[in-house]
Amino acid sequence: MSAFSAAFLPTLVRRERASLAATLLAPPVALAAATVVNLELYVLMGRDPVAVAYAMLLEPFLSWASFSEVLLKIGPLLLIAQGLAIGFRAKVFNIGAEGQFILGAIFASAIPVWFPQATGQWIWPVMLLLGTLGGALWASLTAFWRVRLNANEILVSLMLSLVAAQFLNYLLLGPWKDPNGFNFPQSVMFQYDAMVPILISGTRVNVSLLLTIALSIAAWIFMQKSFIGYKLQVGGLAPRAASYAGFNEGWAIWLSLLIGGCAAGLAGAAEVAGPLGQLQRSISTGYGYAAIIVAYLGGLHPIGIIVSALCMAVLYIGGDNAMVSANLPIAAVRVFQGSLLLAYLVAVAFVRYRLEWRRAAYRSQP
Amino acid sequence: MTAPLLSLRGISKSYGQIRANQGIDLDVAPQSIHAILGENGAGKSTLMKLIYGVEQPDVGTVVWDGEPLSVASPAEARRKGIGMVFQHFSLFETLTVVENIQLVVPGRKADLTQRIRTLGRDFGLEVDPLAHVHPLSVGERQRVEIIRCLMTNPKLLILDEPTSVLPPQSVDKLFDTLRRLRDGGVSILFISHKLEEIRAICDRATILRGGRVTGHVDPREYDAHDLARMMIGRDMPEPMPALPQSGGEKRLEIIGLDYQPDDPFAVPLSDISLTVRAGEILGIAGISGNGQSELAALISGEAVLPREQRDRIYMMGKDVGRLDAAARRLLGFAFVPEDRHGRGAVPEMSLVLNSLLTAHPLNLIRHGLVNKTKATAFTNACILQYDVRTPGPEAEAGALSGGNLQKFIVGRETMLSPKLLFVAQPTWGVDIGAASAIRRRLITLRNEGMAILVISEELEELFELCDSIQVLHHGTLSPPLVTQATRPEEIGRYMIGAHTASQTADRKALP
Repeated sequence: MSAFSAAFLPTLVRRERASLAATLLAPPVALAAATVVNLELYVLMGRDPVAVAYAMLLEPFLSWASFSEVLLKIGPLLLIAQGLAIGFRAKVFNIGAEGQFILGAIFASAIPVWFPQATGQWIWPVMLLLGTLGGALWASLTAFWRVRLNANEILVSLMLSLVAAQFLNYLLLGPWKDPNGFNFPQSVMFQYDAMVPILISGTRVNVSLLLTIALSIAAWIFMQKSFIGYKLQVGGLAPRAASYAGFNEGWAIWLSLLIGGCAAGLAGAAEVAGPLGQLQRSISTGYGYAAIIVAYLGGLHPIGIIVSALCMAVLYIGGDNAMVSANLPIAAVRVFQGSLLLAYLVAVAFVRYRLEWRRAAYRSQP
Repeated sequence: MTAPLLSLRGISKSYGQIRANQGIDLDVAPQSIHAILGENGAGKSTLMKLIYGVEQPDVGTVVWDGEPLSVASPAEARRKGIGMVFQHFSLFETLTVVENIQLVVPGRKADLTQRIRTLGRDFGLEVDPLAHVHPLSVGERQRVEIIRCLMTNPKLLILDEPTSVLPPQSVDKLFDTLRRLRDGGVSILFISHKLEEIRAICDRATILRGGRVTGHVDPREYDAHDLARMMIGRDMPEPMPALPQSGGEKRLEIIGLDYQPDDPFAVPLSDISLTVRAGEILGIAGISGNGQSELAALISGEAVLPREQRDRIYMMGKDVGRLDAAARRLLGFAFVPEDRHGRGAVPEMSLVLNSLLTAHPLNLIRHGLVNKTKATAFTNACILQYDVRTPGPEAEAGALSGGNLQKFIVGRETMLSPKLLFVAQPTWGVDIGAASAIRRRLITLRNEGMAILVISEELEELFELCDSIQVLHHGTLSPPLVTQATRPEEIGRYMIGAHTASQTADRKALP
């Protein structure tokens, strides 16, 4: 019996070296697999799969208006994912970008909330800086406990995201509530100078997209060329080699979390000072978590992440379209994201492993 | 001649491009000790894996006890009466010794514990049955493996380089055990590259080179030199004599070091004192698990001393007890650790990137960015000078064989031209040619005035290399013994702690 199953079930065998083909193929294959599975799901739900696929995957590209919305969504996803990927390469798993994003938004909002009459072109850059600082401070809580008490950064950062969400609720229901806002949990609308300038007129795409692209290039240089990036990668791949070479582990944890926190905080600031124009409860539609998928789907590589951020942004906009035109429930986008990550994790296993069907021919021979 | 117990005909096995075994024929007689002799990479381990069912041959037949045999798994091999002790161990780290043994041997834990203790006493394989495996040293793990095999009462026992971690007295004891097992009806396949051992114990020897059989001989009819020639296909390199050297300046000094590790399974060190001078090689002998890894980490800076411990470790005249590994390297210290994969090198990274690990101070970094041209030049020089067999500097470190990776690491560390070089297990798993190249290199460096500290379990190696030897046993270090005035048996007594015991006995005997 065991011989029978061994003959027909393949086993995972470690490759002699990482397969470049599998590395490059994993994201598109995962995307295709997730698309097929989800379209089947829509069939089971009684929706027209062609209509859904059209709305989800094609429509975002068909008009300038909807493609500009894709560009708008890319911003936060790309920024957060680049920051997270640096930490993930160092095996520091910051899962709390959502909370760092919220704190970034809160810190940035402090200026227009406290000084609603202030004017001048200095306001929005200072808001972005404050947001970066806020995200970094929130991440530093995680770094401190990880280095000091070896508290798991996955749990601490994840739980701090819930704390951040409650803190936002408190501000919006209490001290920062717009006095003229009919009791809605939101801040005042920001003044003109507190808004990041529009990049392409007629759309909501603003200057922060340029900033994001510049930071992506910086991330590429940092991870692929710099010695500090190298040290972080050694710490992630072989912690004992890092300690052998004298690379400080605590320092690597601080740096990884601070970079992730800065990026998420900046993204949060750009969101309130960009398309939203005020602090709201729903400032983040799960960007912090979606960016984790974006980072991995991009192979934790700065260039790959640009492509995967584009895919994820299309999925967000396309999901919205499909909700309207094909009557898809709001959870469908999350299910798509989840299945995409799952498919990618399966696909990426084949970078270092291959399937081997045991030789039935040898077995049958005496 | 009686019918063989195990008979292989035309066995071949390839891994991708690499043809590990080609057309191997082998007969193992009942009640014999049969040596498989060959350099690292000759295909010995692959052949044993095929016999033990870990891997399946591509072609060829196996006859076991007169019956055709195809072994699908090690479990099946054990049921048929084949036991194996691997070079790389297969123990579950989170389980205790007795739990590991329970996985393959039925029986109550208490009975097994008792049997382990008895076997350990009988064969000098002392190990605490209730200890967890993860803190055990390589030497202790091998003892567990040997015991585990002996407990299944195999008809054929495969031992992959079993003596490399044993002191001379225990090797004799192990050989005694093996002879008794043979006389009791067990055949033994003994893999080794130590020629004197093979001549001492084996009835037959099969010699492998480059995946093919190059000879079936009676090892007692040839001297070690002939065997070596058959094995490596050319004459053995001569050991290089060391120049007599007068004492230079102190490069490493440890004074009365006591160390209580956090890990309850680690070995505490007490009253460790040693001095390494320029132009001198000091060897630390001892069975692993006696505090070697703890001492190595304290010297390398991977572990630092608690704040209150001052004036214990000096390098180049500076108190370094609280300095980390990077700071010690800045003083002119370099280190070759015993584990290459994941400590001395990052397996997933290219050799160029592995050069950066410790050679980055050699101007390989410019404005915080890696200078790829210089790093590649450094790597190429290292590959060339130390004869590292690799497709090129961009090859992943993990794709190199253990011996070649070791040559690369030794090369990288010595090219830093350190004032003090520390090498742990310099030739572990390295083939004869490469091992003697590494040893000669160390002696050359010594003659040029480098201070070198070597930790090794191989006494022959220490005797070839060192000016003086100290023995580590249960976390204490013997006084330095001048190599030329010391016999291996004396070191051996220190290694098993008999020396101190007999001294106290002598003192007690005095009126």
